[in-house]
Order: sequence, then structure tokens, then C-alpha cells
Amino acid sequence: MPEVPQSVALELYRKMTEIRLFEKRAYDLFMQNLVKGTTHLGTGQEAIAAGVSQAMNDDDYTFTTYRGHNHVLARGTPMTPVMAELLGRENGLMHGKGGSMHLLDTSRGILGAYAIIGAQLVIANGSAFSARYRGTRQVTVTFLGDGATNIGAFHEALNFAAVYKLPVIFICENNKYMEYTPIGAVTAVPRPAADRAASYGLEPVVVDGNDVEAVYHTAAAAIGKARDGGGPSLIEALTYRHGGHSRADPGKYRPAEEVKEWLAKDPIPAYRAVLLSRGVDEAVLDGIDKSAREAVDKATEEAKAGPEPRIELAETNVWADGGHAWRN
Amino acid sequence: MPRMGETVDSGTVNEWFKQVGDQVAEGEPLLEIGTDKVDTEVPAPASGTLAEIRVQEGETVPVATVLAVIKLQNGGVVSVITYREAAARGIAQEMRRDPDVIFLGEDIAAAGGVFKATVGLLEEFGPRRVIDTPISEQAILGAATGAAMTGLRPIAEIMFSDFFAVCWDLVANEMAKIRYMSDGQLTLPLVIRCANGAGVRFGAQHSQSVENWAMAVPGLKVVAPSNPRDVIGLLAAAVRDPDPVIFFEHKALYATKGEVPDSGEVTGELGRASVLRSGGDATILALAAMVPRAQAAAQRLSADHGIEATVIDVRSLVPLDTRTILGSVAETGRLFTVEENPRLCGWGAEIVSIVAEEAFGALSGPAIRITTPHIPLPAADRLEDHLLPSVDRITETVRKALD
Ligand SMILES: Cc1ncc(C[n+]2csc(CCOP(=O)(O)OP(=O)(O)O)c2C)c(N)n1
Ligand SMILES: [Mg+2]
Repeated sequence: MPEVPQSVALELYRKMTEIRLFEKRAYDLFMQNLVKGTTHLGTGQEAIAAGVSQAMNDDDYTFTTYRGHNHVLARGTPMTPVMAELLGRENGLMHGKGGSMHLLDTSRGILGAYAIIGAQLVIANGSAFSARYRGTRQVTVTFLGDGATNIGAFHEALNFAAVYKLPVIFICENNKYMEYTPIGAVTAVPRPAADRAASYGLEPVVVDGNDVEAVYHTAAAAIGKARDGGGPSLIEALTYRHGGHSRADPGKYRPAEEVKEWLAKDPIPAYRAVLLSRGVDEAVLDGIDKSAREAVDKATEEAKAGPEPRIELAETNVWADGGHAWRN
Repeated sequence: MPRMGETVDSGTVNEWFKQVGDQVAEGEPLLEIGTDKVDTEVPAPASGTLAEIRVQEGETVPVATVLAVIKLQNGGVVSVITYREAAARGIAQEMRRDPDVIFLGEDIAAAGGVFKATVGLLEEFGPRRVIDTPISEQAILGAATGAAMTGLRPIAEIMFSDFFAVCWDLVANEMAKIRYMSDGQLTLPLVIRCANGAGVRFGAQHSQSVENWAMAVPGLKVVAPSNPRDVIGLLAAAVRDPDPVIFFEHKALYATKGEVPDSGEVTGELGRASVLRSGGDATILALAAMVPRAQAAAQRLSADHGIEATVIDVRSLVPLDTRTILGSVAETGRLFTVEENPRLCGWGAEIVSIVAEEAFGALSGPAIRITTPHIPLPAADRLEDHLLPSVDRITETVRKALD
């Protein structure tokens, strides 16, 4: 595969680094009980968010899941409103009404993070349909986990997208596990997404999800095809989550050997090594690391300094008129 | 000639209150008709000029005969169409008005719908806007949701409302909550039409009245028209509304007829009940297919027992026109709901609770819910008829309560 221009390479590195540090901070804040409820971190899976988002246009649409901080940050949403949302503050992206699992930022075409497995897949078809109907050439990208390949909505969504040749890309992040159960233990085929592609007339596409440039090239090809009217793609990106499923889950159900093997395939040091071998100045990468640390610190401070939401907000925006009245 | 009772097939024009050439206002008494059971005033179905009287005083004609022609301000006339024709006409009206309206569902395009309620739409608007889908209820509602959030105004059809059970995630978790969760970043102007209700002997999985499922979810608007005019008017209101609306058509009403203006836009308003008959002794609330039954019961109560009931077609469950309901209960002191849904958590329960809280002093006796018992619906006509609120049951319940 062709090498990417250095500006793009540094952008990929920056995105992955920022996401990694953001998620680490989110974990710490959760352990301090500042992040309430739950979080599902994308640590270890950054290359997919960074590589795919890099291949998208600014006005393309993104759908993600409860494990969606990665994708939202990669699409350019600033850290502070995301962090503040996790902390339940009014300066949060949705003023505290969505929380960690429901990030949504229309200013960047992020049409939501969905916490019911598979829902985003069928909804993504709608924005893809709409973009084509309106003739805008926008492409919709939706992320999903490996576990989502066994829910009905996945199969309905794939067939529907294929039948109408919708400009939508399904990116399955196969991190080998659902919550605690390995995907292989409950799936009829070895490759949960790719082995289903043929059922919908699609090519089976598998990519190393820890190789950010491979992800970028694969996504760019699929997105370009969709933009030119070539229809949907289903991409299975192989990866691994470094932590547990959610909250403080230590992930003990995973064999130590397996964890070790995958930690050695950490996408960020791997990419750093690639960039150094291409002659990128180490100081440049260190500078990116430092800026990322500072950005996370700043976002943490700004989020913590944010006020708790005004109580009135609990009662607004059920309806388009801003209110919640159901009777006269 | 309106049907004044289930067993009444004809009626006699007793008196015209207006002459040809007179101006008439919608709802104003136009004529009195008589049957062997009752005499009643019939209101004008639309405002305009009385252009033609086709049935003279003293003449007896079958139900559905055109009695008169009203010329509308814009030159149109009123005609009689079926509830199913009204569905197609309502969709077409909105699709002509707004190119962002699209329509998708199973068998709705080439076949014109399993209830033939969408005939002609594919021919007029083409496959780009009228889309036959696979049997994928989640995909249908997902596509509608995603299209609504990105600038279109989709109408999706779920063939039988019972099938909401296979795509309830999209309805209850997604479209109803996305606006709230995003604190207003997204708006979801979409309509889901479905065929709801019993009376056509389809058995337990194709006959349910599930409007209370939808009513239980914050973020959904819920309407259920009882006549062709309201099908068009409320559908227009639903399509133009910026929030998700679940539109319950009643499959037993598809063949029924009613008057609608021949031309010009027909519009309506969500959240407005319709008072169909006024009487001082009791308030009877009904929805969809229970409306004609409640009306027939009211006629019988009047003719046979001297009881004069107000009949209100609730039409819109969310938003709910509590003002009209509370106002009527304040006048009559007695409340009856006629609900096709199984007993528990039906819409009438909510209304009774509102009345108990806010109009307790006005009640001169208990509020009474007339519902299908808490039993799935059987297929055989004799059994199904036994469970659904009938004109007999409504009449007897009200009569005994007022004894
Ligand atoms: C319909 C539904 N069933 C179950 C759950 C509970 N649940 C949340 S995450 C999860 C595992 C999903 O695994 P996968 O799709 O592989 O995504 P990952 O968490 O690995 O990113 C489950 C079972 C849910 N949210 N929705
Ligand atoms: Mg997984």
C-alpha cells in the first residue's frame, strides 16, 4: 500500500495519541467517581477511529456505539465538551442529557452513539438514503462491534443497504469479545462480519485494525466507491481492547497469553516506530505527545470547572418546540 | 346519508335547514334525518355554499347516498370516499406539497398496500419516493429515522401494528429519545402509519389495539382517526409536525365511507378532540373504530331510553385534548370511555385518572371504562365480537349506570 503523505501520517498519529490519553483520563476520572454511570473505552482500538475518520469528508455522517468516544474525538469534536458530558456537566456536548454512551455532535455530522446493539446500523441507512436523495454525495460511516453481527438489525441493515446500493460503510471493530464472552464461542462462522458479507452480495473485507494506514486505505477505497454510487461496504477490522468491557472491569476472562500478544501489537507504538523508520523527527512526535497531554489536562480542568446542568434542562427538548407537554 | 346505527341501512330526510345558495359553516346543522329509531340533526361537513340538494324532504334513501353538494370557497365540492382512499389521498396530498416527503414500507408501492390504502402513489411519485421494502421492520424504521434526522420527512408503513413488537427498539428507544438525549441537536419529523385494531377476524397477532404501547413512551405523538376526513387531515398534520407521530389507521374502518372536500388541501390539528354529538346526561369518549359504535349507542340511548350523551372522538392521544374532555365532564357529570384495547393501561385509564384528579367534584357517579377484557383476541367472528365493546354493551353499560 502507498505511504501516506507526512501531514496525513502526523494527523493519524495525533488522533490516536489524543484518544489514548483522553480514554486513560476518562478511566481515572471514573475510578475517582467523577464519571458516573458507565464508560466503555476504546483503548487499543484507536487506529480504526483515526484511520477511518481520516478518509472521510467533513460533511460525511458518522454513527457509533456506546464505545464511541474514539470516533467522536477522531471526527474533530473538541475534548472539553466530550469530557464534560462524561462528568454530567452543562458544558457537555449534550448538556449532560446523553452521557458517555450517547455522544452526538451534529456540527460534525456525528448523528449519534447508540447503546442498543445494532440500532445505529439501520439508522445509518436512513442518512445514506437521504444524502443520495438530496444529491449531496455525503457518505455515511457506521461503527459496530463484533457482537453486533449476531443481532437481527445487522442483517436487516446489510440487506437493505445492499438492495438500494446506499452510500454507507459498516466498520466492524472485531475486538474478539462481546462483554465477557468471546465472539468465536457464539458465532457460526470464524469471521463474524466478513463471512457474512457474501450473504448481501458484498466482498469480504478484513483489515488489520491496529495498522492505522491499512485502515485508512481500506476505508478510503470503500468511501470513494460509495461516494461514486458503488454501494455499501462491510469492513472487518481486527483489534483488541486493552481494558475490560466497561467501567472497572479488569477483563480477567481473557487468557494472559492473548492479552500479552495483543498488547505487543499496540497500534500507537507500532505507528510511532513506522514513522521514525521513515525518518520523521522524534522531537515532532514528542511534541504531539506533549500537546495531547496538555489538551487532555485542559479538557479535564474545563470539564471539572463546568457547572452542573440547570435543573430546567431535565424538562426540555422532548419535542421540537423545546418542551414536553403532552396535554392542553 | 350517514349510517345512524349498525342495523340501519337507510334514512329519511325530514327537513333541510338551508336552501340552495345559502352559506353553510362546517359543523352547522344542515338537515334533519330520521330512521325508524331516531331523528337527528346532521352538521355540514365543510364550509361553503350549498350548491345542490339531491334528496328532497320526505325521501328515504340508502346509507352513503349523496344528499347534497357543498361548493367550497375555493370552488371544490364535497364527495364521499372510503377510509382507505383517504389514506392514499392524504399521503399524495403531502407528497405533492413537499418533495422531502418519501414513503416506504412492505408491499406499499407496486401492490398499493395489503389493504389497498396506498394505491396510485407509485404511479404518481415514482420509485424514488415510494419504496417497496424487504420484510425488515427495523430497517424500515431505521431508514425513516436516519432520513428524518438529515432533512427528509419520511412516512413509514408498518403493515400491522402488531409488528411493532419486532421493531420496538427503533420506536421506543431511538426515534422517541434521540432528540432528548442530544438536547435538541436533532429533530425527527417522521410518521409511522400502521393498520391497528380488530373486527376483521385476523386473530390474536393481527388484531391488537396497541396505541397504548406508543402512548406509554415519552417522545411519541399518537393519533388514531375514525373517518376519512380525519385520515387526511390528521395525516397532513402528522407529516407537517416536527416530531415522530405514530398514526394508527383502523383496519376495520378501511371500507367505511365519509365526506371530504373534493379538492383543495385538507388539514387538521394534532391534540384536538372532536365533539360529535352533544347531550347533557353523559360523556362518552371513543377512538377509531369505537367511535361509530359510541355514536350508534348514543342514538339508541336517546331513542330508547331518553338519555342524551355527548360523544367525543378523542382522535389524538398524544397530545391529549384534556380541555375538551374535562369541559364536557363538567357539563354531564358522567364519563364513559369506549376502548378497543385490552383492559390494563388503556388510554381510558389515563383519562379517568386525569378526570378523578381534576374534575372529581363534577362527577355525579363513577367513571366507567368499557374495554375489551384483558384477553388476547380470538379469530372466530362470534368470539371476537363477544370481546370487543359492542353497541349493545356500550348502550347497556351507560343505561345501567345512569339508572
Ligand atoms: C440489544 C442489546 N443487547 C445487549 C446489550 C448489552 N451489551 C452492551 S455492550 C455488549 C457487548 C457488545 O459487544 P460488541 O458488539 O463486540 O462490542 P464491543 O463492546 O466489543 O465494542 C452487550 C451484550 C445491549 N446494549 N443491547
Ligand atoms: Mg467486541
